[in-house]
Amino acid sequence: MHEMSLIESVVALVEDERRKQQFSRVRVVRLAVGVLGHAEPAALRFCFDAVTRGTIADGARLEIDEVPGEGWCSSCRQSVSLGERFAACPVCGDTQVRMTAGGELRLSELEVE
Amino acid sequence: MCTVCGCGTDLSTKAPGSGIRVGAHTHDHHGHDHSHAHAHQHHHHGRVEGTIDFGNGAAGVSLPGISQARTIRIERDLLSKNDALAHDNRIRLQRAGTFALNFVSSPGSGKTSLLVRTINDLRDRWPIAVIEGDQQTDRDAERIRATGAPAVQINTGKGCHLDAHMVGHALDHLSMAPGGLLFIENVGNLVCPAAFDLGEAHKVVVLSVTEGEDKPLKYPDMFAASDLMLLNKVDLLPHLDFDVSACVAAALRVNPRIEVLKVSSKTGEGLAAFYGWIVGHAAATVEPAALPA
Repeated sequence: MHEMSLIESVVALVEDERRKQQFSRVRVVRLAVGVLGHAEPAALRFCFDAVTRGTIADGARLEIDEVPGEGWCSSCRQSVSLGERFAACPVCGDTQVRMTAGGELRLSELEVE
Repeated sequence: MCTVCGCGTDLSTKAPGSGIRVGAHTHDHHGHDHSHAHAHQHHHHGRVEGTIDFGNGAAGVSLPGISQARTIRIERDLLSKNDALAHDNRIRLQRAGTFALNFVSSPGSGKTSLLVRTINDLRDRWPIAVIEGDQQTDRDAERIRATGAPAVQINTGKGCHLDAHMVGHALDHLSMAPGGLLFIENVGNLVCPAAFDLGEAHKVVVLSVTEGEDKPLKYPDMFAASDLMLLNKVDLLPHLDFDVSACVAAALRVNPRIEVLKVSSKTGEGLAAFYGWIVGHAAATVEPAALPA
């Protein structure tokens, strides 16, 4: 379950931000997580409270914006939705679809005070 | 666990062959940003050929505050810190003339046996060092050291993968000759290690024929992240229903660029091709000036 490490990375990024901008408390941590990526939102939520306890992010609420999967089909020459990372194009069936969205794993914003 | 670098507050080192745990780690580096190349002296987890334990510790960060609610845009990748450390490791390895491979697989695929065989076959041609990752014990490092190659064992505790920070510290404890090979054996886990760049030249995924041929489809991230798949234990194929061509097709579906070699660390079948792959890719990766004349 590498989601624990990922939440530790979130805390480290929040610490970085605190050094740049003074704040004493984090109210909301908002992540962008692609549905085709390697992190499971439920697992991120599961370990968030435990990992952030005693840190600058202690007591913060975790909000996760899930980013749908999308790819570029070179045969259709258009963006298509992807349900799996290596799925064929849902329009023409070509298997060479380059994933363009859905792999995100980003700290998008913080609500602090 | 430390919120800045992910390491623990406890250090356990085990002197080779002694079975004695010694040392206590004082964790005093909160606040630094890891833009350095791990040449620092203030942050030791272990001793030469010891065991580095990242399994313990609790983060404690307290701070005074200013109360004014606001939203801050961040937009940083969660793996950005790991990736920066991996970049440092990669530069460091290139400058040392070291060609590093990160071996990943599920538990029991035969990674350690493959490394032992490879070291025994290649040690006259290359200096070889090994970083071993496991949750507990230094059994694998002991197996490697029995070949005469230096090995550092990283115990990840509850951690399910190696990260670039752990490997950076392990590099502090290995002296590597120019033009050498570094084999990093990741924690046996076909999921989590895929996400963490360690600074290696290539990830090598080991899949044994006693596993399912559809593993590349079931665990695509790992096969997508790897440049070479070693299909191991092929000496067992006569006794199994494993479909090699279906397995190769599955791997190519998730990663059209992946190379596949069929090997057996028991019989030696296919290993010459693997060694040839190492020679070819090392020449392309390591700065020529760093190679021995």
